[in-house]
This record gives sequence, C-alpha cells and structure tokens, in this order.
Amino acid sequence: MKLLQNLFDGIKPNFEKGGKWEKFHTLYEGHRTIAFAPDLITKSKGAQIKDATDLKRVMITVVIAMIPALLFGILNIGHQHFIASGEEATLIDKAVFGALSVLPILIVSYAVGLATEFTFCVIRNHPVSEGYLVSGMLIALVMPPYIPLWQVALATIFAVVIGKEVFGGTGMNILNVAMTARAFLYFAYPAQISGDQVWTYLGEKTAVDGFSGATALGVAYNASVEGTPVVDALASHNSSLGADFSFFNMFMGWIPGSIGETSTLMALVGAVILVATGVASWKIIVGGFGGAYAMGLVMNALAVNEYMAMPAQYHLVMGGLAFGVVFMATDPVSAAQTETGKWIYGILIGVLTVIIRVTNPAYPEGIMLAVLFMNVMAPLIDYYVVKANKTRRLQRATV
Amino acid sequence: MSKIVKLKKGFDLKLVGKAPLEVANFAPAATFAIKPTDFLGMQRPKVLVNEGDTVKAGTPILIDKALDQVIYAAPVSGEIVEIKRGEKRKLLEIKILADQTVTHENFGKIDLNLDRDALAAKLASTGVWPNIIQRPFGIVANPSDSPKAIFVSAFDTHPLAPDFGFALKGEEKYFQAGIDALAKLTKGKVHLNVDGSKAVPAVFSGVKNAQINQFSGPHPAGNVGTQIHHLDPINKGDIAWTVSPFGVVQIGKAVLEGVYDSSKMIALTGSELTKTGYVKTYVGANVSSFVKGNLNSGHVRVISGNVLTGEKINPDGFLGFYQNQITVIPEGDYEEFLGWLKPSTSKLSFHKAIGMLSFLNKGEFKVDTNTHGEERPFVVTGVFEKVMPMDILPTYLFKAIVAEDFDEMEELGLYELVEEDVALCEFVDPSKNELQELVRHGIELLMYS
Repeated sequence: MKLLQNLFDGIKPNFEKGGKWEKFHTLYEGHRTIAFAPDLITKSKGAQIKDATDLKRVMITVVIAMIPALLFGILNIGHQHFIASGEEATLIDKAVFGALSVLPILIVSYAVGLATEFTFCVIRNHPVSEGYLVSGMLIALVMPPYIPLWQVALATIFAVVIGKEVFGGTGMNILNVAMTARAFLYFAYPAQISGDQVWTYLGEKTAVDGFSGATALGVAYNASVEGTPVVDALASHNSSLGADFSFFNMFMGWIPGSIGETSTLMALVGAVILVATGVASWKIIVGGFGGAYAMGLVMNALAVNEYMAMPAQYHLVMGGLAFGVVFMATDPVSAAQTETGKWIYGILIGVLTVIIRVTNPAYPEGIMLAVLFMNVMAPLIDYYVVKANKTRRLQRATV
Repeated sequence: MSKIVKLKKGFDLKLVGKAPLEVANFAPAATFAIKPTDFLGMQRPKVLVNEGDTVKAGTPILIDKALDQVIYAAPVSGEIVEIKRGEKRKLLEIKILADQTVTHENFGKIDLNLDRDALAAKLASTGVWPNIIQRPFGIVANPSDSPKAIFVSAFDTHPLAPDFGFALKGEEKYFQAGIDALAKLTKGKVHLNVDGSKAVPAVFSGVKNAQINQFSGPHPAGNVGTQIHHLDPINKGDIAWTVSPFGVVQIGKAVLEGVYDSSKMIALTGSELTKTGYVKTYVGANVSSFVKGNLNSGHVRVISGNVLTGEKINPDGFLGFYQNQITVIPEGDYEEFLGWLKPSTSKLSFHKAIGMLSFLNKGEFKVDTNTHGEERPFVVTGVFEKVMPMDILPTYLFKAIVAEDFDEMEELGLYELVEEDVALCEFVDPSKNELQELVRHGIELLMYS
C-alpha cells in the first residue's frame, strides 16, 4: 500500500496551489480518499474524537443492499427473453444474456453520472461527494432492459444537473435523483419506457404464439376495462408458457419490468439490510407498504370496477412499489426529515401509488409519481412537525 | 418533590484508560495559569497584576470590564511569571509560579444571614463566583440577576469522567455550605441531580436545602443541560444557573473558611497514559508533571477535559478552569487503506453501517483523533435525534444557525443548549460537521445582536 501512497504523493504537487492541474485538486482528493481514509484530525476545540462511520460507508451500505435486486434483475431479464422466444435455456444462459443487456446500462449510468459530477466539482470547487454511488446504481435499476444507451446517458445528465447540482449537490436536492432520471425519460421518450413492447427483448427472433409482453399492471388495467376479474386475468396471462402472473411469481419477481424492480423478495432483502444497518428509516418502509395495503382495502370497499376489486395484497407485489418504497422513498435527503414526518411521508407514498395505479390509466406505475410528488411535499410535512415542536416550547413558556 | 427521570436516548462511550479510584503519586504541578479564554462571554478582560508581582490564593488578578463586580482570583499563591498574549494582544494565559505551601487571602467567614444581594456581592469578590454559569448561553453568571433555579449535576457521564463521589470524598461539610449559599441566591429551588442507577455517594446523599432528583440512562444523562430540560426547561427570557459540584465545594469553603481554596481532585485518564488515577491539585494546573514520563507513545494528544467537550493543550499546557480531568489519546494523522470500507469490531461507532461491527464488541475502545472521513453536507437524518434526550429537533436547529435565522434559533430551543449538549451529535455525525462550534456561533448571534 506504501506504493500507492507514494504514487499519490508523487503526483500531489501538480494538484496543489500553483501546480499545473490545480483546478482538478478536488478530483485528486476524491480519488485519494477512496483509496485511503484521510489523515484528517479533529480540531483543538470541540469533539476530540469522531465516530468511525462516514458518508462513504453509509452510501456503500445502500449499494450493497441493492446488489440482490441487481443480480436477480440480470437473471430475470434472461429468463423473460427465453420465455418470449420460446427457447429452452439454462440458468447460465439466462444470466449471461441478462448481464449483456444490464451491464452496459450500469456502466453508462456510472460513467456519465460521475463525469457530470466531476465536472461540477471542478467548476464549483466542492469535494467529490459519495451520493452518486447510490444514484448511479438506482438509475440503472429503474430502466427498462432494452432502453437505448444514449437515452440512459441523457436522463443521467438531466438528473444529476437539474435534479441535484443546481441545488448545490449532494444533500441539497429536493427530488430523488434516480426518480428524476426515470421521470425525464417517461415524459421525454414515452415510447421507449412504456407500453407492452419494451420490457422483453426479442431481437431478430419472433415471439412464440400466445406471448404478450405486457406488465402485470398493464394486464390488470386491461382486465378492468374488459370487466374480467383481475386475479383471473393475471393468472391466465402467458399461462401457456408457464409464465403467469401468479402472486408467487410476482412476489419472486419472474415478471417483465424494469431491471431491478420486479422482485418484491429482493427488495425485502434490501430492506432487511438497510434497516438492520440503520441506514434507512424503517418508518418510511413500513408506512409505504402499510399505506398501499390500506388504500388497497379502501379501494376494495368502494369497488366499482375490477381493478378496484383486486385483492389489496396484489398491489404490494406488482410493479415497482416494493423497490420504490425500499430504495427510493428512503433517500434521506429528499424524504421527510422529522421522525413523525417519516410516518406520514411513507404512508402517503403507499396511498398515492395505489390511487394513481387504479384511477389514472395513463400512468400504470404510480410509485414513480408518488415518490416525486411526496419529495416535493416532504418539506411541507416537516414544516408542520417542526411547528408543533415550536408550539410545545411556546406553551411551556406561558404555563 | 424529587423527580425520577429515566432516559433512553444517548450513547455511552466506553474507552480504554479509565482512572482507578485511587490517588496516584505525582510530583505537584509547579506552575498554574488562568486562561481568560475559558470564560465564555468574557468581553473585555483586564489584568490586575504585573509580571513579577506576588499573589496569594484569592488575590484578584483579572476582571471582565463588562461585569466588573466579579473577580477572577489567583488559584495559588506565588509569583506572576508571565502574562501571555497572542495575536492582536489577545490575553491568553496569566501564569503563576506556585509557592511550596499555598497561602490564602483571608476575607473572613461569610454570614449566610446576609441579604441576597450582599451575599452575591461578597461571593463575587472572593474568586469562587466564576464557578456559577448562567443558562442560557453558558457564560459566567451576573450576580445581580435572580435565577429561577440553580442546578447541580452530581455525576458526569462523559467518557472516562471522574467519579465525583471519590473526588469529593470528605468534603460533605463544604458541599452542604455551598448548597446553603446557593439556596439564598435563587427565588426558586436548588436542584441536585444524582445518578439514579448507582448508590448515591455520601457527599450528596444527606444534602439538605436542595431538591434531590434522580437521572439514569446513557450519556448525556449527566449533562446539566439535559437535566434542566426535564426539570424546569429554559424558555426565552428565563435565567437559570448551573454549578459543578467542585464549584459548590469551593463556594462552601469560602463561606465556612473565608478563603478561596481552588484545590481539587482531578482524574488522569486515557489510553496513552501509563499510569492513570486521581491527583490532588489546584485549578489551572500545569499538566506536564502528570504527563511527562507517563506516556505509552510519543505521538499523542493531551486534552484538558474529556474527549467529547475538551480542548487540546500542549503536553506542558494548563488545565482549563472548568475541567476536572486530563485525557491523553493517540493522534490520528494517518491514512488507512480503504479505511471507509474495512469491517472492524474495534473502531468505535454509534452506527451499524456495513462493516461497522463495534456494537458486537462489549469491551473498551481505544480511540484516536482521526476524523474518519471528510466534512459533508447533512445527508443522513434521524441520527442526532437518537442521541439527544430532549424535545429538540437538532437538524433543524443546526440548519437555522447555519442560515443565521434568529427567530428559528429561538423557537427551536437554542436557549436550552450549550456546546456540551450537542457534543454527542458532533461525535456521531457521519458528515463530520463541527456542531459545537456551530452552536456557540448561534449563541453569540443571540447574545450580541
């Protein structure tokens, strides 16, 4: 390790004041602090020791929590492809196929995002922050598997610049960065990110008879229009191919959808990691699932069509609700920041997701808009929680 | 009507280097110093002596021209050897070379039947007064104010903190006299807050003239700020006073003996001291005789106070006026390969993020002064709340101070805090912000504008 240290020390003068790459000082520091935890010490006044946890470790915890969803997503992409083409394939075939379509997206997301981030760090002369470690992974996981790479790049740039850097960088953003990227694509290039055709890649091959590329949410919506019970429609979807939308398949995630969002199980594995390490708020996660389930029950009670009558627990395993609640809603910067506020924020995300799904056919997936909407509303929730605290203090004074 | 308060929020830092309950044998300190920078809120310090003057313990050597009825006295008798000034002639230290045996100014025993103002004026002229701290702001109290209550925390939950029961053994008489004097100074009560999880030491158990409350729970249960919040919180316009038990004993000695006796038992702690223990000395002692030749390694930081709220001093520096402890830990100016990623059970952390396994380690931790990361904006939420056992929203308060929003600072409870109340927040913050400095900045904004 001395070697690496010497290497860094050797190029250091170039980045110091007066050096030829002085402007890129922040990038030098950024890379050095990744290789080596810095040799900074506490000031002479104030806390003389500091906790061993820093933001890098917090962020890498989130990345690790997303790895099960990523690996499953890779496998599922291959799985869905071979179902559509009607070919027999081994697990390895599926994994290789999936990796070939997912890794380019992941690489583009990280490369373009970090390049944008570094550019801003140099221009604004602020330290390279760890926030994009998480955002880069999230952006890849919410993309459809066969999105054109240039669209990924464009969405990433938009999200990093407009979603984050214009507000001052990590910690200052109002909207969740990855959701901003997805929303950008959703409204700018709807053809590549919605409908029945984008979730399963066929390439030159033709689909086997009876195959439909619709997502569970699409099937549910169509069933409702036709007046057939949603559960039956889900169960009979692609059933001849052994790829029906049973509750179990949807929970496991063997369904078409964005790369990382399909598996409720893997989202729950991530949730366990995030909650056990204390990195994400369990209040938001429990609130999100609880809110969606409760709203599902309310819909059942008021049912006037088949979608509304769908059993409430189906909402929890369809689409990206689990992924969104676990990884998107819990982003501490864009979520509510007070403890009471986190409950309200989480519950409302679940409630809104179900309302958007059931009542607004133009947006089959409600979680994206629910999270973005609640991101905007989070400061308002906090405002009232903070106000209650102030009021308690004022009342105490006058008693 | 004593109160029993059980606190859940907080964090106990278990560190290597606790002082055993015995008096260690060290050569007495030769020099002592009063550092005007210890007295927060001192606006216009004026030295009353010159280099070469001889003083007795209790001789006035310093005043604040903005609060000139309070004198700051020499802690020991001897010769003024240096008046050290820094940039812009800022007064840093008044050093005294101590006599072999300390002699005291005698100003006569104090009759507690004096009326309140006369008693306050008398105490202010003896040198014991700076022990009385005003909340809000954490500054030396003004004798002409009438506080709504006076709070004494009889235990310290800071890392490696001295055991007050041991350090004040045998001072029962003086402690009671100090409490009696304080009771005269307030319209309200004197609150004596003891550790509810242990047997109450003899020096505090039989105390009369005060309401004895029990607090239990992790640090900061022993912080007087936490206790005030749960007993009689400070609102805008309120004034309360706090005194440490060492201060109470000094006041008691002034009352009963008519002298300023600044002697106190301090704890020598920390992983880098070969010999830890307690030692009897005076306020402002030079620490070199306790530290030199007593170190496990060469590259250390000597701290006047504890690791959370203390101040770095030179190995031949002086103990702060309000400090009862010296801590010596290793300096942390090293790089660690992938230090942010490596799993470890030996690095002390409040968090459980990937690889931070210190919660599995039930032993004591050796800590150094490395920050373990760079400063960042606030990102993680809900952490400060877990170590703040008060109905206060720390993140919002900190942001209000950053934004210098006066109304928000007041409404969110800055009047209830001083540095030590947010020290634990500063420790656990993964974004490594200087929160104690920030809180003092906020307090100064409220005080002076």
